[in-house]
Amino acid sequence: MDSKLDIIIATDCGSTTTKAILIERKADGYRQTCRGEAPTTVEAPFEDVTRGVLNAIQEVEELSGRTILDGERIITPADGDTGVDIYISTSSAGGGLQMMVAGVVQTMSGESAQRCALGAGAIVMDTLAANDGRLPHEKIERIRQLRPDMVLLSGGTDGGTVSHVVELAEFIAAADPKPRFGSGFMLPVIYAGNIDAGEEVEGVLGEMSALTITENIRPTMEEENLGPARHVIHDLFLEHVMAQAPGYRKLMGWTGAPIMPTPGAVGQIMQTIARQQEINVVGVDIGGAPTDVFSVFGEVFNRTVSANLGMSYSISNVLAEAGLEQILRWLSFDIEEADLRDRIKNKMIRPTTIPQLLQELQVEQAIAREALRLAFVQHRELAVGLKGVQSERTLADVFEQGASGESLIQMMELDLLVGSGGVLSHAPSRQQSCAMLIDAFQPEGITSLAVDSIFMMPHLGVLSTVDPQAATEVFERDCLVYLGTCAAPVGKGKFGETCARYAVDLPTGRQTGELRIGELVLLPLGEGEMAELSLEPGRQWDVGAGAGQALGTTVRGGVVGLILDGRGRPIDIADDDRLDRLAAWQRALNLYGE
Amino acid sequence: MAAHAYTPGLRVTRDAVIHKDRRLPLKGQVIVEPGSSVRRDQIVARTELPGEVSTLNLVNRLGVTPQELSRYMLKKEGDPVAVGEALAETRPLIKWFKTTVESPVDGTVESISSVTGQVILRQAPRPVEVLAFIDGQVEEVFAGEGVRIAAQGAYIQGIFGVGGECWGELHLAVGAPDASAAVLGPEARGKIAVVGSLITQETVEAAREVGAVGLIGGGIRDQDLRDLLGYDLGVAITGAEDIGLTVIVTEGFGAIAMARKAFDILQNCAGMTASISGATQIRAGVLRPEIIVPGADGVEEQERERESGGVEGGDVLRVIRMPYFGRIGRVSGLPTELQKVESGAWVRVLEVEFDQGKRVVVPRANVELIEA
Repeated sequence: MDSKLDIIIATDCGSTTTKAILIERKADGYRQTCRGEAPTTVEAPFEDVTRGVLNAIQEVEELSGRTILDGERIITPADGDTGVDIYISTSSAGGGLQMMVAGVVQTMSGESAQRCALGAGAIVMDTLAANDGRLPHEKIERIRQLRPDMVLLSGGTDGGTVSHVVELAEFIAAADPKPRFGSGFMLPVIYAGNIDAGEEVEGVLGEMSALTITENIRPTMEEENLGPARHVIHDLFLEHVMAQAPGYRKLMGWTGAPIMPTPGAVGQIMQTIARQQEINVVGVDIGGAPTDVFSVFGEVFNRTVSANLGMSYSISNVLAEAGLEQILRWLSFDIEEADLRDRIKNKMIRPTTIPQLLQELQVEQAIAREALRLAFVQHRELAVGLKGVQSERTLADVFEQGASGESLIQMMELDLLVGSGGVLSHAPSRQQSCAMLIDAFQPEGITSLAVDSIFMMPHLGVLSTVDPQAATEVFERDCLVYLGTCAAPVGKGKFGETCARYAVDLPTGRQTGELRIGELVLLPLGEGEMAELSLEPGRQWDVGAGAGQALGTTVRGGVVGLILDGRGRPIDIADDDRLDRLAAWQRALNLYGE
Repeated sequence: MAAHAYTPGLRVTRDAVIHKDRRLPLKGQVIVEPGSSVRRDQIVARTELPGEVSTLNLVNRLGVTPQELSRYMLKKEGDPVAVGEALAETRPLIKWFKTTVESPVDGTVESISSVTGQVILRQAPRPVEVLAFIDGQVEEVFAGEGVRIAAQGAYIQGIFGVGGECWGELHLAVGAPDASAAVLGPEARGKIAVVGSLITQETVEAAREVGAVGLIGGGIRDQDLRDLLGYDLGVAITGAEDIGLTVIVTEGFGAIAMARKAFDILQNCAGMTASISGATQIRAGVLRPEIIVPGADGVEEQERERESGGVEGGDVLRVIRMPYFGRIGRVSGLPTELQKVESGAWVRVLEVEFDQGKRVVVPRANVELIEA
């Protein structure tokens, strides 16, 4: 389909900043050309999201010289230097979409409901299940306290249990929860469970909630069907949640496509890229309060949000969850525990401050490694195969894998790791972003690394729903900054011994050598450059072709280069010479200069 | 250029009209009239929270199916029940085999399910009352929701606090903002003590021992906060801690002299009754702890109108990040171009002159404006 869209303006209304980008069709395809931002105006004294949108667009007007606004109207379609062909937007203002989900069995329909809501871009406040260990009155009290934007109720395969699902519906009815916005409105409840229980659920919840019944998210044990319920979530998000937030009714009248929740849009672009390039992708967006992790493995999309792992409002929670030791292990200097604690708390209470000193920067980047690591641990726990599946196992399966509930995240199969969010996108050097990603995610085998240059993934996500081609072109050319490729043999051995031999045809000539255990090597391979890499791992080491098996592959360069990581997995930071090792790694990647 | 994010200075004022909204968690009844005078401990609105719920699965107890349950119920939906009163019973031929299920609570029967066999009992509603919190006048009534109270007096926002609302006489335990008082005498009983630059675990213990209701200081060490709370605070959403007193810090974590102006106001108000709240929420829609002294006789201040995010030469500010954390100075230069700081980042900066004439460059994001 040849797109009629030549000029596109897109905004993301975040909780603090509204970011606008301009995308134009040039001779070489779609390019992101200008960017503007302004404070979000959802809260008092403005209480109208469109003010921030207009301010951000005005900045784009100033920078681009294009007239986009006629007073408070976005001019469409484009004509010469005036107007745009479409305006699209995402939103996470006002705390985003907050949901409560419920399923009969916690690890089956409960987890499916959680994946469904998270994938739609919601924050899951709690997952209720018949077997979650809480007493009925505790469940009811919890539902009442939470005041979610909407509830997703699931449970029972089609033709399966009715009473357990209806029991959950009764708990919701007894709690009679009120929506967060618009006290005069009924709480939206989506029922996506056993079709046989639909009538009973309607009997219990029909009058006290705005009930929508859709297809079962778990029609059989072997099947998860999240699409229809996710669409209903998006529709209700617009109708009930967005429409209640200040100014959104007006904003919805301006957009040429439905407004998407920001993380839902990021998930959308991740899926589009993975599908088009046939690759496995992990993406992370580390924010001030939450950290979102997205993955697409074998076309299965998952998203998790770690609400209290972030770099400002929740920085102190990273310390509480990871523990001081885990943060200190990434620091190449000694610091007193009491001093570090006070510094972290001071960042928490004044979250907009930035590190002026190098040491302060290193502390923040150490914390970021732990926030990312913990968020990824949480992601791996939820991004799993369906539990409860009775599968026939052949002899071959026994030797491979196949147990239900196994993590879908296979690091050796990961092709691309994308980082986003202030601490990664705005680190003083790209080497630092690269090191944080490798240390936190510990990619195995051959993995390309990139960062989102100016956080435009949400915009491109919603764009991909109206023009996938334009979205992909901008994603490749302007959104991603390729850092390079990490080649990491997996195995264990004695520090200093050889774990792999390598040969690589770099633009500067062929380079060969031995990668030693505990060592990091950076080879020059710039942006847009590709090289043939051959790796011969030791007997106990694997680079993706199996233990001791050689691998030849094409690797992509980037602003950092080709990183050969001989530190093993998990990365071994020995206590006795930690400071020396960290200093050597920092020198190898030229992280902090001399 | 986009407006740069300055940390807005905390509000510290000698004399201002303070407006406090006092709202019910659910709709209820406002019991004061607009224009009426209220005392801090006076109830201004009340409501009833729905009672707690008890669930009983009667079909298991009676050995019947959910569809049959209604035949065995002695109570129907909406009926009141008392503890020990029979809710349902079977009617076997031989009475000896009769099973009776009694209500475990006082309340009403909310629902009887013929699908699950579950009976939900609702206990009596719980009354909730909202107090005025400050001495003042009812400025506005939000029908069924609460009131806005206005008072004239001193107002100080802290940076962080723990513990809920309380009030008491202000007691100065130190003579200077950079001094610190580790011990408190019996004269602090029932009062809110101002203890200077550092609130230590020792100070908290002393306050509890003598029965002080609140502590105000420049800083607290995170280690001491952890000891005080009994856990490591992860997210700064506070106010509901049950720690026996309210603690407010005006500057941050570590030992930091209180801002001169805040200290002077508190010194000026010594002996007067202050209402304080430690409730802090650091996220979108930030909430800071408050110290309110209604009726404080200060010099009336004209609060300076400022352009959004603006900072001007000569403005007094505090540096809020290392290496000059906590130091107060004046803006002596506002370079427009980005500068590289030691961390390697290119940022917008400003030049600050400290008291001794020393001039330094700091990122604009790392200062907050304070009133002289």
